[in-house]
Amino acid sequence: MDYFAQQLINGLVLGSIYGLIAIGYTMVYGIVGMINFAHGDVFMIGGFIALITFLLLVSTGLTAVPVILLIVILVSMAVTALYGWTIERIAYRPLRHSFRLAPMLSAIGMSFVLTNYSQVAQGARVKPVPPVITGGYTLHESADGFVIQLSNIQIVVVITTIVLLAIFTWLVSRTRLGRDMRACEQDQTMAALLGVNVDRTISMTFVIGAALAAVAGLMYLLYYGLVDFFMGFVAGIKAFTAAVLGGIGSLPGAMLGGLAIGLIETFWSAYFSVEYKDVAAFSILIVVLIFMPTGLLGRPEVEKV
Amino acid sequence: MKTPSINTAKTASGIPALLKTACVNALIALVLFSLMVGVRTEAGSDGQLTYWTRFGDVASLVAAVFGGSIVLELLKQWIGPTGAEKLVPPAVQSGMSFLGRYLAPALLIFTLLVPVIFYDQRYILDLAILVLTYVMLGWGLNVVVGLAGLLDLGYVAFYAVGAYSYALLATNFGWSFWICLPLAGVLAAFWGVLLGFPVLRLRGDYLAIVTLAFGEIIRLVIINWQDLTGGPNGVSSIPRPSFFGIPLDNSDNGLAARLGIEYSPTHRIVFLFYLILALALLTNWVTIRLRRLPIGRAWEALREDEVACRALGINTTTTKLTAFATGAMFGGFAGAFFATRQGFISPESFTFQESALVLAIVVLGGMGSQLGVALSALAMIGGFELFRSLESYRMLVFGMAMVLIMIWRPRGLIGHRAPTVYLTKAHAISSDLVKEGHG
Repeated sequence: MDYFAQQLINGLVLGSIYGLIAIGYTMVYGIVGMINFAHGDVFMIGGFIALITFLLLVSTGLTAVPVILLIVILVSMAVTALYGWTIERIAYRPLRHSFRLAPMLSAIGMSFVLTNYSQVAQGARVKPVPPVITGGYTLHESADGFVIQLSNIQIVVVITTIVLLAIFTWLVSRTRLGRDMRACEQDQTMAALLGVNVDRTISMTFVIGAALAAVAGLMYLLYYGLVDFFMGFVAGIKAFTAAVLGGIGSLPGAMLGGLAIGLIETFWSAYFSVEYKDVAAFSILIVVLIFMPTGLLGRPEVEKV
Repeated sequence: MKTPSINTAKTASGIPALLKTACVNALIALVLFSLMVGVRTEAGSDGQLTYWTRFGDVASLVAAVFGGSIVLELLKQWIGPTGAEKLVPPAVQSGMSFLGRYLAPALLIFTLLVPVIFYDQRYILDLAILVLTYVMLGWGLNVVVGLAGLLDLGYVAFYAVGAYSYALLATNFGWSFWICLPLAGVLAAFWGVLLGFPVLRLRGDYLAIVTLAFGEIIRLVIINWQDLTGGPNGVSSIPRPSFFGIPLDNSDNGLAARLGIEYSPTHRIVFLFYLILALALLTNWVTIRLRRLPIGRAWEALREDEVACRALGINTTTTKLTAFATGAMFGGFAGAFFATRQGFISPESFTFQESALVLAIVVLGGMGSQLGVALSALAMIGGFELFRSLESYRMLVFGMAMVLIMIWRPRGLIGHRAPTVYLTKAHAISSDLVKEGHG
């Protein structure tokens, strides 16, 4: 039971990170109808920028951890958002009326570019970071000595995710930008006729998605203590699985799917085999797409000719 | 609206607008590159992170973006509004088709003569074999992506199935290469059907992700199923191919001894070269023949419009499955060849990077164009082999090229994506024929 509770905590934390990335996939899919294959790499870039900012701040002699983290989160969100904006601008916008496979192929190309760009720029070796947020709480200690731990970093990850989700939900449901986004999702031509700046709205979608991915990158960096140029690939597929599981196009679905994938992966590693945890996640993707293509909260898709 | 935007100077021409765009782009580049390129991090020997700055590189990158966007804007104003037709004037187009008609036979003759010309240069022969392997993989994937329009990101899975089929059958049962080669193809095709059957109902981009997941699953299973595949250590001492039963070695009943010529290890390389050339040409020949059969027409129709296909009564599932299985089979052949050539295989050779490389070759060559795929394999594999030091930039260049091709010439540099049959002109039909009751 204690073991189960501990795995539940670990799974929820991992799921929060996946959920933050999955929102980027699902938002872009909702508006533009394409899978942003490069989104996993945007997450990786976010992790690298957080690492570099952190390193620079520490070397200036700053020691207050909350201040450092606040600056790191803001800088990495801003710079990664600019990456997201630029990617949309260069690789996706010119292709909006091209043939069916073009945006996907362009996204795949962009993903290669980002992966190898960071490999060339930052080297192929894994970059470790010493634990920044240490300590934690012992929730429960059973008779046989098994301890349920809730570390501070886990609390930070979950709280940050909840706060971001609150801001994000407010943004989508209450602001002008959110209204524009929902309008573009339903019908771009009609939205444009009614005075919505479609190009700008789509750009903002990429910006928000990239900013959330940057936070996920930072959380990953703090939680696992490492970044490398290839981490976007597997994390990207898993977050995409989460988006599909939750119903692609649905924002609460993305978070729900993220949590589900995090839990499934953690429990699979804990009770079955660690070696096959990625196989489990990928198999879920295939099974969901075949038997439940609309996911948990998605709407059935009507094919337009 | 104060949002800075690239390339808005299309209408507002003139030097100030040009400079403004370039400055904005340079500023964006500065922000993008300042951290990622300007600060290089590295884990020291004691696990401590260190960093050093490279502001010179950032400056040159920003300058390149500044200059590049000025050139791009000028080009844009010079060419006028972009359009696929305008980019290629008719004269160039006819020149290209002329080139296309004579280039392919010329290339083929040259390829046939490569072992004669470069007999003494082992390095070039090895490189040629490598290029031909990728040509074959590209042609195999071209059936799936170029003809049927199914985006397959896990093609390397079938390559792996072929390679492991041959390696395991040959090392465990001692079967000869010539028995295993068709078996490897059949097994790969079988896996193609097995994967394809449930997933081919999916939309194009979903299909891509599922094939990607499938490729990764195959690789992870190979790594973890240690009893069968040897796990990360791979399978070693895979038998070399024989000349239809006659070994190509220095023994008494080897080919050299039987022919009464002096033995040389180059014989085997030359044999491998012609083997892969034959396999690649087989792929090409089958593809060209299939294109002219009803099934090939159905593939192309499917690529152009799936809904219309279904309306016309084409069974999309079987059509997709045959494309998938055909592509997988050629992947399996190439895999078996890879195993026998290397003599050693491990999961390292079957990563997503490999799928990506083959896909990039197909996309850059122009999806559906046989000659284009061959040329792009030659340029991408051979070209980068010549510049060994630039190895790490290879996928960077590939990725950029993929994006640029999609923007400027989505049909590939020399490819034509047009269907092989189409109505040239509308026929006038007598009103008698369209009266009610005549269907």
